[in-house]
Order: sequence, then C-alpha cells, then structure tokens
Amino acid sequence: MEIFLQQIINGVTLGSIYGLIAIGYTMVYGIIGMVNFAHGDVFMLSAFIALLLLLLLTQMLGLAAAPAFVAAMVASMALTALWNYAIERVAYRRLRSSFRLAPLISAIGMSTFLANFVTVTQGPNNKSIPPMWDDVIKITSGGAYDVTLSYKQILIVAVTGALLAAFWFVVQKTALGRAQRACEQDAKMAALLGVDVNRTVALTFVIGAALAAVAGSLYLLQYGVVKSSDGFVPGVKAFTAAVLGGIGSLPGAVLGGLLIGLIETLWGQYFSSDYKDVAAFSVLAITLIFMPSGLMGRPDVEKV
Amino acid sequence: MTALLSISGLTAFYGAVQALRGVDLEVGKGEIVALIGSNGAGKSTLMMSIFGAPRARDGQILFDGRDITQMPTHEIARLSIAQSPEGRRIFSRMTVFENLQMGAAVAGFEGFEANLEKVFGIFPRLKERLRQRGGTLSGGEQQMLAIARALMSNPKLLLLDEPSLGLAPLVCKQIFETVKRLNEVEGLSVFLVEQDAHHALKLAHRAYVLVNGAVTLSGKGADLLRDPKVRSAYLEGGAH
Repeated sequence: MEIFLQQIINGVTLGSIYGLIAIGYTMVYGIIGMVNFAHGDVFMLSAFIALLLLLLLTQMLGLAAAPAFVAAMVASMALTALWNYAIERVAYRRLRSSFRLAPLISAIGMSTFLANFVTVTQGPNNKSIPPMWDDVIKITSGGAYDVTLSYKQILIVAVTGALLAAFWFVVQKTALGRAQRACEQDAKMAALLGVDVNRTVALTFVIGAALAAVAGSLYLLQYGVVKSSDGFVPGVKAFTAAVLGGIGSLPGAVLGGLLIGLIETLWGQYFSSDYKDVAAFSVLAITLIFMPSGLMGRPDVEKV
Repeated sequence: MTALLSISGLTAFYGAVQALRGVDLEVGKGEIVALIGSNGAGKSTLMMSIFGAPRARDGQILFDGRDITQMPTHEIARLSIAQSPEGRRIFSRMTVFENLQMGAAVAGFEGFEANLEKVFGIFPRLKERLRQRGGTLSGGEQQMLAIARALMSNPKLLLLDEPSLGLAPLVCKQIFETVKRLNEVEGLSVFLVEQDAHHALKLAHRAYVLVNGAVTLSGKGADLLRDPKVRSAYLEGGAH
C-alpha cells in the first residue's frame, strides 16, 4: 500500500512534466495540423541549457541553489523559445503550403539534427547537477516503507497547474488566443480579418518551447541528470499523452500526461520496468484504434 | 465620382488554371457595384485576389489610391476594406460574440461597443444568439454573422460574395434590403458578387458581367437588366 501511494506521487510528478511537453505538441498540431517531431529534442535541449546555466551560476559564480535554478529556468525558457522560433522559420514555414508530409519529414530531420548536435557538443553520456533542494515531507511513517513527498515534486505539480491555468486563460480570453483559435479553424479567413497568420504560428512555437523549457528545467531538477538521447523517448511519450488526451485540447494534454506518467510508473513497479515504455506506447496504439479523438478531443464532425 | 477600388488588367491563377484574364473594374465611393456571371466564371477568385489570395499574377489593384497588389493579406484587411467571403467561413467553434470580436480586431476594438450596437440594430437575431457557437446557427443566421463580422471593422468598402446562396427568398430579400440601407444611410460602398442576377442588378448602381475570367459587359444595373444578352444568359430560363 505504501509503495502504491509512493508510485502514485512519482507518477503524477512525471506526468506533469509529460503534460507540459504535450501542450507544445497539441498547440502546434492544433494550429498547423503538423506533428512537430522535434519537440522532444527541444525539451532535451532546454534541459541542457538549464544544466549549463545552473552549473555556471552555482559553481562559478557561487549563487545559492534556489535563485540560480529560477534564473537558469527563465533563461532557458528565453533561449529555447528563440531556438524554436528559428526552427519554425527555417525548417517549417516554407513547407506549410507544401504537401502534408513535407513539414513532418523536416521535423524528423530537425529532431535528428538537435539530438546529434547535443551529442557532439556535450557527449553522449549523462550530465548531472549536484543534488539540490532535497527536503521531503513524510506522509506515512512506521510502516514497511516511508512514503515521502518532496518539495521538488510539489513545485513541479504546482508549476504545471499554474501554467495550465494561465495558458487556458490566454487561449480563451485574449486576442492572441482568439487569433490562435481562428487560425486553427480557418487560417485563410483569419488572414482576411487582419490576423498575421505567420506571426501567430511563430508565437505558438515560442510559447510551446517556453513550456518545454519549464518541463526540461523541472525534469533536470527532479532527476538530476540529462543526456542527449533524452529528447526522443520523453518526446514520444508526451506525444502519446497529447493523443490520449485528444490532440488539440490543452487540458487533454495535461490529463493525458498525468495518465501516461501514472501508467508508466505503476507498470514499472508491478510488472516490469524494462517494459514500461512498451506499456506507454501500447496506450498510443490502443487510443488510436479505439478512441482516435482522445479523451477530451472533439470528433471531427461538425454541422456546416 | 472617385474610385475607391480600381482594378486594372488583373490576371490570376487558381492552382494551374487561369481564373482571371485581364479584368478591369472600378468601385466608386458610395456605390453598389455587382459582379454577375455563371458558376466558375471566376467571381470568387476575383473577390479573393483583391485580398491577395490568390495573388495577382499581373495587373494592378488600387484601394483608396494605394497600390495593394503585393500587400500581404492581413495588411490589406487592416485597410478599410472587409469581406464576407464565399461559403460564409464563420468560425464554427467560436461563439457569435467571439466571431464579432474577430471582425473588430482589425479596428483595434475602437468603438467596439458602438459597432456592436449597430450590428445588433441591423441583425437583432444575432443578439439573441450571442453566446451560441457559430456552427449551431442556421444558414441565414450564419450569413448575417458573416456580414456583421465584416461590418465590425468599420469598413469603407464591403465585399459580399454570394450573400443569397442557400437562403430562403425572404431572408435573401432582408439581406439585400440591409445592404441597400447601409449604402444609403452610412454611405458604405459595396462590391457584390451574385448568381442571383435579377436581385443583384436591381440593387446595384452599376454592374459587370464576368465570363470565363474576363469582363464582357458593364453598365448601369437597370440597363443590364434590360439588355437582351444578359436576359437570355442570366435571367431567363438560366439556372437562376
């Protein structure tokens, strides 16, 4: 029982990170109907940027852990956003009017490029940060196993919740959000009404990257290590989360993320941790077969 | 009369097909101008190419004295020109209110409340449907919404593409009357594309006939209405 509870806590933490990445997939898919396969690698890249900055700030400049982490995260958000803006501009924009598969292939190329770029510059091995902020709250004690909830885990879940709420507000209530939804439904009409479609799409990539950078920084904080191949698997899992939640839906992305995180941790605990990725990807296959529009997605049928 | 919209030698392609072959056309300030022609004559392509989608391959488009031929679509939309396009293209997953907000975004929401009251005055039905999603409206209501959305930007020139398509005759009549009133009371210039040649010619001050991507005939609406060639091609025994 204690172990089950602990794994639920761990699963929700991991799931929050998947959810933050999944928002990027879902938004880009919503607005230009493209699966941005490089998004997982953008996440990995952001974790590396955070790692380098964190080491720089704490080891060389002697900053305390908490302010150094916040500064590294904010800087990583800005740099990753800039990077993703450049990716969209260079690798996707011109292909948008091409056949549907073209930007997809370009995204796979960009994914390979990013992963190899980091491998070449940083090496293929795990890079780690010194452990920081390790305080925990004991939820149960005296049993076979002490269930703990760390401050980091609370932070991760709280940040995910806050960002989802803020983001939901932006999409539903602001002019930018309306422009995004308009482009999603009919980009040509949006342009006829004065919406700069290219700018709106670029902003979507920027926001998606900033959220991925939050996820990357929190991932680094929680697990302490990152390596250049960490883009692919978490990326595909976050994509699975987006599909499970209903691609195009923001709350769906976070709900899907939480579910994938829980499935993965519980499967790893009770069945086989070697096969935990298989469990997560089976969910993708099953969702696509039986529930293609996902948990919170809308079916593609509309009254005209 | 000074020309608000002036098109000369406009050539445009729709994919690989040449849709417009050197169109010359003018809409004056305070005028209602109709463009009639059969299905596939290039009427809607002409409407859209004014907004640069598809982009003119050749020729020139002037609006209010400015050359807009190569201007990006969204920048053209920020001039005082608005379009209610073919097929209405309302945002079906947005509420009626949000659709109207989208229309006003160009004007930077200046006078938003006043404009809102104005379009409610014209189309009271929209006020009742304000919180409903666009996709749940009836065809006639969607057409009203498309026109109202275009009016929210306070345009000097309104482009109306087939406002009567698929509507009951009564609703049609109502929409034509609205256009006439907007023109007379507000001095709005209107460029109207219609298959319903009879009503369009009655409403318009002047009209052009488009055949196969080229203007073959133009003149006063009332004169064209009596023209034997127009009568035989578009008014008697034709599809409409």
